[in-house]
Amino acid sequence: MNPAPLFHFHQARLGYGPSALFENLTLSIAEGEQVALLGPSGSGKSTLLAALREQRQDQCAWCPQQGALVPMLSVFHNIHMGALHRYGTWHNLRTLIRPAAADRARVAELTGLLGIGEKLFTSVDRLSGGQAQRTALGRALYSERPVLLADEPVSNLDEHQGLDLVRLALQRHRGAVVAMHDRALALACFQRIIGLRDGAVVLDAAADQLSLAELDELYR
Amino acid sequence: MSDTPALDTTASRWRRASAGLALAGLAAFLCADLELARPSPGAELAKMLGGFLAPDFFHTDGLWQALANTLAFAFQGVALGAVAGFLLAMLWRHRTVRAGAAAVRAIHELFWGLLLLQLNGLSTLTGVLAIAIPYAGIFAKVFGEFLEEADPAPERSLPAAAGATSRFFYARLPLIWHGCKTYTAYRLECALRASAILGFIGLPTVGFHLETAFREGLYDQGAALLYLLFILILTLRLWLRPWLVPAYLVAALAWAPPLLEGRWATLVRFVTVDLVPAPLRQGQGLAGLGPWLSGLWIEQIGPGLWQTLVLGMAALLLTAILALLMFPLLSPLFGNRLSRGLGHVLLVVLRTTPEFLLAFVLLIMLGPSMLPGILALALHTGAIIAHLTGRFSEGLTLRADAARGLNRYAYEVLPRLYPNFLAFLLYRWEIIMRETAVLGILGIHTLGFYIDSSVSEFRFDRTLVLILATVALNLAVDALSRWLRGRLRLSNGSLAAP
Repeated sequence: MNPAPLFHFHQARLGYGPSALFENLTLSIAEGEQVALLGPSGSGKSTLLAALREQRQDQCAWCPQQGALVPMLSVFHNIHMGALHRYGTWHNLRTLIRPAAADRARVAELTGLLGIGEKLFTSVDRLSGGQAQRTALGRALYSERPVLLADEPVSNLDEHQGLDLVRLALQRHRGAVVAMHDRALALACFQRIIGLRDGAVVLDAAADQLSLAELDELYR
Repeated sequence: MSDTPALDTTASRWRRASAGLALAGLAAFLCADLELARPSPGAELAKMLGGFLAPDFFHTDGLWQALANTLAFAFQGVALGAVAGFLLAMLWRHRTVRAGAAAVRAIHELFWGLLLLQLNGLSTLTGVLAIAIPYAGIFAKVFGEFLEEADPAPERSLPAAAGATSRFFYARLPLIWHGCKTYTAYRLECALRASAILGFIGLPTVGFHLETAFREGLYDQGAALLYLLFILILTLRLWLRPWLVPAYLVAALAWAPPLLEGRWATLVRFVTVDLVPAPLRQGQGLAGLGPWLSGLWIEQIGPGLWQTLVLGMAALLLTAILALLMFPLLSPLFGNRLSRGLGHVLLVVLRTTPEFLLAFVLLIMLGPSMLPGILALALHTGAIIAHLTGRFSEGLTLRADAARGLNRYAYEVLPRLYPNFLAFLLYRWEIIMRETAVLGILGIHTLGFYIDSSVSEFRFDRTLVLILATVALNLAVDALSRWLRGRLRLSNGSLAAP
């Protein structure tokens, strides 16, 4: 038998109050699986991601859609925020005022890979939507946790940039569950694809057994 | 990578402005007289605490009359001030009206009281006007800005034939009516405090008995008075009903009718003789005015301004620090239900106690120096700003994996709240300076000290010049604060209106 799965739901009810989004969810995700979560807006992708995070808080790098960044702080500080738990409070307070050279170098290496190296000390409210998304993903990567949970992390980037960024993110995590709309990107980068609609799993298959046309069905 | 990326953050702009203000505050602390003149403040504190634990409500003569006077002055003062302010607000586009309102409100209620005392003695009219005149300036500003910011569309859509009066009552007034009502109720709370404080210059309100009780060390009686004042202010929302206001006003007028007790001749003499600079009065002509003014500058205005600035800037720094420390006490992003409950009580007590009274009590405890003044202003204003900032934090939603404790405070919350905090602080700056000047009446050597002495020496020409100096200082600070707010593009902090 397989070892216990990383995430597991058995006939679960997810969402808030009487209008639960998922009435009856049964789903398992094993350790090391990289999963793309597809489905139209309002189908429950964000709710499912939040529920996944609840199950393994300490192992998950988290990249939500909204309220993700502190707009008036620099890219450096927003990315460092992913790693607050790794350092003592005094080190963090000091970093807010004057970052240590070692921390600067580490974050600079990451922003170089993300393509926003020259914006390291620019505040997020002065970035384009795409640059802000790169920063948000950077914050998740910098938390250095084994499983990435991300909610439409590349929706503001063009396909090529999106592809590079998703590849970079997947290289650095053993497991991942990423919500997105881009079907081609999902097929190209992930092993498993889960399709959601109206709070139910309507598709769950290995990526190499699916075609773009089948995925388009989800959005009709 | 060739060189380090440039620093270009919104936070750094706020940080630079804050560092500038903090440096000014630190310099002020270095210049300030912070001596602990009382050898053992602990003993006095213990005696006071004893009084607060066992208040005596029955041995103050005329306590209930004083309470009734406090209410009557406040009601009449606010009513008169609101009506006058409203009329001025309709002329708000005129520069002279705006300047006049600014000058009138830059003079503290206590200074107005000191002047009016000379004309109308220790009477109701003195108390009422001391509140009504500066409040008219404040109401004019607030109502005038309400009118400016109100949506112009309803008026534009009226047919051109509609007269100006109909336009105003149908398309302008309804838009701002609710705001005016709420603000007037808030002002009544301030007026109750002001009315109580007027007792310190001899008017028959709660402050008169408070001063006597505390000076004589009768802390049990003083505590009782303070408790009554608290109860009055904290229950305001329960008894201040719109349909009861006319009844309250009639009662206030019947209890303490604002009669003109001074004689016309006194008023004329005061304006044409007493207020005229001594060299002019004694026939030395304009030539004598220069030496008179420069003497006054060297002996009183200069030192008074300097001490006011030092105390005010030190208080501003401590206010900022206390506000930043205290706002998490009532923010839902920190602590638990118990800590928020206790924080709420602490902030309410500090906000409700007038800073003047707080300074008076601390002065008895710590002895005469700037320390009691700085502490009193910072505790009171810090609590107000902490309250506003904490309330604002209720609107923040943090991401699910946001840090906790100090990390949360420093990285997630403070940067997001900082523009609002800074706007609140800059709005309060002018009020801090205004209160600083008036603390002089308690014996701290700010401008108010020289004003108070000149009044007791019957040198009202000096009083006038010194009061004009406080006006100039207030207007300068107001302009500086407005310039800084504009430069930092801070949000409108109208919550912290004067």
